[in-house]
Amino acid sequence: MSALEVGEVVAERSVSLTRESLVRYAGASGDFNPIHYRDDVAARVGLPGVLAHGMLTMGLAVETLVPWLGDSGRILEYGVRFTRPVVVDAEEGATVHVVAKVAVVEEDAARIDLTVTSGETTVLGKAQVRIRL
Amino acid sequence: MNPELVGRVFPPTAPYLVGREKVREFARAVFADDPQHTDPAAAQALGYPDVVAPLTFAMVIQDLTLQQLLAEPDSGIALERTIHAEQRFRYSRPIVAGDELTAQLSISGVRAMGTGAMVTSEAEITDAAGAHVVTATSVLLVGGDE
Repeated sequence: MSALEVGEVVAERSVSLTRESLVRYAGASGDFNPIHYRDDVAARVGLPGVLAHGMLTMGLAVETLVPWLGDSGRILEYGVRFTRPVVVDAEEGATVHVVAKVAVVEEDAARIDLTVTSGETTVLGKAQVRIRL
Repeated sequence: MNPELVGRVFPPTAPYLVGREKVREFARAVFADDPQHTDPAAAQALGYPDVVAPLTFAMVIQDLTLQQLLAEPDSGIALERTIHAEQRFRYSRPIVAGDELTAQLSISGVRAMGTGAMVTSEAEITDAAGAHVVTATSVLLVGGDE
């Protein structure tokens, strides 16, 4: 891999989420919390709508980086804070946008920061990936 | 919320056998479209014996440990009052189809927050040989009794 520069964008993508995406993630992960597929339950517990699983957002965010990395085994650490929910409208769905930017470069490792937004809202905080160079 | 949970170590979970089709299903669900997650030949070209699980697949194994925590009679944790605040993974290597994984949960921190608490748990996931694969750390915000 050529030398990385701090501030360089190494990967970026937009992912469209629908209610089907949430049901698919529920099945694949085993997380069947109904706030991720039932409007009535989401409303009853005071949410602004049906929400994407935080772990779905976390999962799709880091996978943005994998084609660029080549080998996902180069990822040493990955962490996020779940700061704001992604509301997935029944008809419109939601779009999650991911930008991966070089934050720190060391001799044999680097930190890539992910900016993850839905509309104008940043939905993950401190989304940081430590990679082996 | 029971502050005496700190330092508690749970028994290892029953071995979980990672299946190739499960990895493919999970990859599709998290939009992991790189072929190493779905095509055995692409994974083998990178030196892995079979398809490589997406980075957050460890959550499926970690979830078995969180079920142990919720089932603990004295934990004081109710799922409907719990918010997942933070998640971290520290990897020794990726999870690959064919792995037989065991997770062991320990509670590393409980900090009082209002009537509730912030609980940090660590699940150490190891393979059939006992080698470390990944440590999954969760921070849960647990609401107090109403």
